[in-house]
Amino acid sequence: MSNIIASTAPRARQLTPEEIHEIEHEKTHYPYAQAVGLEALKIVQKYQGWVSDESLLAVAQYLDIPPDELEGVATFFNLIYRRPVGRHVILFCDSVACWMLGCDSLKEHISARLGIDYGQTTDDNLFTLIPVPCLGDCDRAPTMMVGNEHYRNLTPEKIDQIIADYQARG
Amino acid sequence: MSMDKPLTKNIQIGRAPFDFAQYQAAGGYASVAKALAMVPRDIMNLVKDSGLGGRGGAGFNTGLKWSFIPEPDGGPRYLVVNADEMEPGTFKDRLLMEHDPHLLVEGIITAAIALEATQAYIFLRGEYKVAEQALHKAIAEAYEAGMLGKSVNGSGRSLDLALHTSAGRYICGEETALINALEGKRANPRFKPPFPQVSGLWGRPTLVNNVETICNIPGIVKNGVDWYKGLGINGQPGTRISGVSGRVKNPGCWEMPVGTTFRTLLEDYAGGMQDGYQLKAFLPGGGSTDFLMPEHLDLPMLPGDVQKAGSRLGTSLIMVLDDKTCPVGCVHNLIKFFAHESCGWCTPCRDGLPWTEHMLRKLEDGEGSMKDLDILKEMCGYMAPGNTFCALAPGAVEPLQSGLKYFMDEFVEHVNHGCKYHKH
Repeated sequence: MSNIIASTAPRARQLTPEEIHEIEHEKTHYPYAQAVGLEALKIVQKYQGWVSDESLLAVAQYLDIPPDELEGVATFFNLIYRRPVGRHVILFCDSVACWMLGCDSLKEHISARLGIDYGQTTDDNLFTLIPVPCLGDCDRAPTMMVGNEHYRNLTPEKIDQIIADYQARG
Repeated sequence: MSMDKPLTKNIQIGRAPFDFAQYQAAGGYASVAKALAMVPRDIMNLVKDSGLGGRGGAGFNTGLKWSFIPEPDGGPRYLVVNADEMEPGTFKDRLLMEHDPHLLVEGIITAAIALEATQAYIFLRGEYKVAEQALHKAIAEAYEAGMLGKSVNGSGRSLDLALHTSAGRYICGEETALINALEGKRANPRFKPPFPQVSGLWGRPTLVNNVETICNIPGIVKNGVDWYKGLGINGQPGTRISGVSGRVKNPGCWEMPVGTTFRTLLEDYAGGMQDGYQLKAFLPGGGSTDFLMPEHLDLPMLPGDVQKAGSRLGTSLIMVLDDKTCPVGCVHNLIKFFAHESCGWCTPCRDGLPWTEHMLRKLEDGEGSMKDLDILKEMCGYMAPGNTFCALAPGAVEPLQSGLKYFMDEFVEHVNHGCKYHKH
């Protein structure tokens, strides 16, 4: 049995002390570690930008959850990114209230300006564009989020300004 | 009819929400002491007698829902607040949580006393960052003040409250899917029965209530049934938050007496349609409700009256469809949303919604056929109540089935000539 083939499968990485600290805090709220799975993925994503295979395995190992089960959770939720994203994720609302107020043409505007479609990231790694279900901002439609910030009553001019601001910030 | 606005009395847009001391000074947390002095079943009966119906969309009597919880057996019991507001066109819970988080916390404590729950969770949608901060602060202050923790208001009864932030899936609004999500599983709905009141979170008795529902509890417990029944129009109990989006002059949401008509909401609160636009139809309570027509505007916003007109009151935030917006495109957008948000558990929903979306897109692109219209009607039947595992798909096809009823001529027009509306 000496012919062991070197595995290229991803291995769990080391969680950082900050990540562990926050995951431990979440664990205090629940009687079972599995319940923390989604929160732990969000914590990892906050620090790493996305959830790599190595991160997913690390969380699964840390919480003692079968990795496939955690993957089932990770791929279920819209806001867990299993692929790298840009520094700023644009969550663009394309639901009905925004649609009635013209979000389709605004989306075309963003796509043309940044050269990306839904699910893509700009070459400079600054923006990823993702559609998001109704943001609950319908009285101020059209609307979108960039990172944790909400932007309302969007117009092409407003969008240009928002993008320029983030570009200046880097 | 009284002019009290128990849900929004502390809300002033533009100023920070009340902190614990300000909230208490304004009469807040009085319901906690009152509830602690009552027999839990009496609180449930009080809520039942008040006539409060769930504000998440189904409208079921809240006290009755509570009463199905079994007697305590010494084990944990849970109260879960459904703050996963994702129904298209709905933005009322956001208002309550961002601007008066202590009202929700007070409601949770008082409801938990009635239910003899030992742990409560707020299940908040991940995108509501402002609400998240406001609730974290309010919960910390309530612990600090001894309203939460080992001895609620010095009573010796313990209650913990934790905020869970989700990561974006509409199906989490379905209470059993929400419970699975809270347990750290994929948010597929569970089979009912058993109902969560008997076997919910981790197999324990669990109540899941909407944010606005819980925000009604402090007033009811503090002021009683007669006061609550005096709030609505013609003896209807309470107030509720209704709102309007679409091409109206003043979109928004407001607290109003239960029983207010759609017309009052649309014309008096929202200022009527924008200049140059006519009301063509409206969705009375979110994306999963059937269209109503201008002739329905004088109906009171009550579940029974709306049901008789062929729709559901749902969340009572209406979306207006104007005469310059394509009804087929509107239905297409809604079905696209639901197809994306289907959890994939049962076949009619997982496969039916994407197929339906595809046919509607073909119609919009001028590639539809008359046969597609027949199939669309059939799809509404395949996804009707009883044919799917949960209420997502039956809700999803409501705007489609009513769209086909009211706008068949426009669907046919799409077959013959494609979409003639301006794409905006």
